[in-house]
Amino acid sequence: MKTFLHPIDQHQSHVPTASSVELHQVTATYAGITALDNLSFTLHQGDQVAVVGPNGAGKSTLFNLIAGIVQPAHGQVNIYGSGPQGHICVGYVPQHNRLDWRFPVTVADVVMMGRVGKIGLFRWPRRQDRELVDHALARVGMQSLANRQIGELSGGQQQRVFLARALAQEAELLLLDEPLTGLDQPSQEAILALLAQLRQQRVTVLVATHDLNQAAEHFAKVMLLNRRLIALGAPQEVLTPHLLSQAYGNQLHVVHSAQGDLILADTCCGDGHETYPIVAQPPKLASVLERILA
Amino acid sequence: MISALDWLLEPLQYSFMVRALLASLMVGMICSTLGVYVILQGMAFFGDALSHAILPGIVLAYLLGWPLAIGALIFGMLTSIAIGALSQHGDVREDTAIGIIFAGSFALGVAMLSRVGGYAVDLAHILFGDVLAVSTQDLWIMAGLSLAILAIIVLFYKELLVLAFDPIQAQVLRLPTTFLRYLLLILIALTIVIALQTVGIALVLAMLVTPAATAQRLTRRMRPMMMVAAIIGMTANLIGLYLSYYVNIASGPAMVLVATLFFGLVLLFAPERGLIAQKIKRRPPHSIAGQPE
Repeated sequence: MKTFLHPIDQHQSHVPTASSVELHQVTATYAGITALDNLSFTLHQGDQVAVVGPNGAGKSTLFNLIAGIVQPAHGQVNIYGSGPQGHICVGYVPQHNRLDWRFPVTVADVVMMGRVGKIGLFRWPRRQDRELVDHALARVGMQSLANRQIGELSGGQQQRVFLARALAQEAELLLLDEPLTGLDQPSQEAILALLAQLRQQRVTVLVATHDLNQAAEHFAKVMLLNRRLIALGAPQEVLTPHLLSQAYGNQLHVVHSAQGDLILADTCCGDGHETYPIVAQPPKLASVLERILA
Repeated sequence: MISALDWLLEPLQYSFMVRALLASLMVGMICSTLGVYVILQGMAFFGDALSHAILPGIVLAYLLGWPLAIGALIFGMLTSIAIGALSQHGDVREDTAIGIIFAGSFALGVAMLSRVGGYAVDLAHILFGDVLAVSTQDLWIMAGLSLAILAIIVLFYKELLVLAFDPIQAQVLRLPTTFLRYLLLILIALTIVIALQTVGIALVLAMLVTPAATAQRLTRRMRPMMMVAAIIGMTANLIGLYLSYYVNIASGPAMVLVATLFFGLVLLFAPERGLIAQKIKRRPPHSIAGQPE
């Protein structure tokens, strides 16, 4: 009973030299379908990686594997040298629309939820916990809204609150699912500034995104995923016509124009119900690829 | 001419009314407090089904001469655990599993009751409760169970809060989520047992859901919501009990009707989130949270 109620009295210690994330031949299935096939890669402490790929590429499954929420069918997931289950250092900021925003919690309450694992069962938050919550709110510029109910905030402000929760959790590995989609400009900038700070603190960050432009601009590494790992590396190495067409398949269209190769793609969104015309034209992607291919 | 005080005190000259009053207050308090989790977790259907599923336990306890609460509790736990197991490990949607197991259990209870028909176990009493028949022993059982439930809610407060708000966060924090889920199911089963004698199987759901839903429209944090829900539940039951005494209507339905009236009033007149307040002031730009900007 003791071990059952206290699954981890002590946070699993990190092997100092270990990679922050290491997947070895990982296969994951979801409802009988292979969501990820034979994935192997290694990330180092402080890496910041944009994870891109079409809908259904397995981005969420990858995050659930790393967070220890989903178990791999085959293979081994390690974070900081051991399996995810012993770690409470994983911060997970879910997609925005997944929660009940009428829930009776304030901004500060939500951020305090990051501390619950470390406070431990049958104990109440101490002064140190409250200070960490204040500090986390200050870092995302949300201190003045600490006592608002969470549903009274804008989407961008809510996203910053969830980042603050991960900070209060003292996360050393951060998983952000579409953190910038549809946010107001100040919130986008606040989040990107925070990511830059986290890089210096050697926090490893994985960001799932549909926006290839953002991936190329703000991240040193890009992971291209479509059920298997297609490429992982610097944006200019990964976002090439050849690799992109492997990931996006027939959603991608290469046009040879006078100015050079132009790639048009539908990289977005919705739930996969809509069918886009083959020459759907997100100008952002086209422009970034023009720059890369120039 | 009787004064208001006489009006309030008159029913209390009967000891069964005093017991009924204490039972009503206790039920209002514990149901409404736990009801906060029921509505925040979207478990209203589960609560309703569970209240019906314990019927065989009640019949069995009666036949064996046990306190009815014991039989109800055993069946409440059995069916709760079966439902949890079936929806987590079997390939069955949760609401489907609830429908199958709980309806089956209720049918078993009614079947058993029809076999022992003619005995004092009256289906109408079980379905609609009879707070006037609460014994002193019942009161002690109710008080003990209420205290236990409150203690557990307090002890696991922050863990249950995380689980209710963001189950993935609960998993990432490595909280014992399966244990907490079953704990909540057992607490709901216990609460239904407590409420049974007051409002009966058919109306227990209102005790769990209505005061909590009313409180949600008046508060913005968990603890105040629980306290306001408890106050609303106790007040509604108190007024309902007096109504039943003076207007001569069944006490359970009277309590539920008062609680429903409270909800309606708050729905319309709540200071910020009431429909009328919403009409008067234009919605501030931040109130459309949850939608992309």
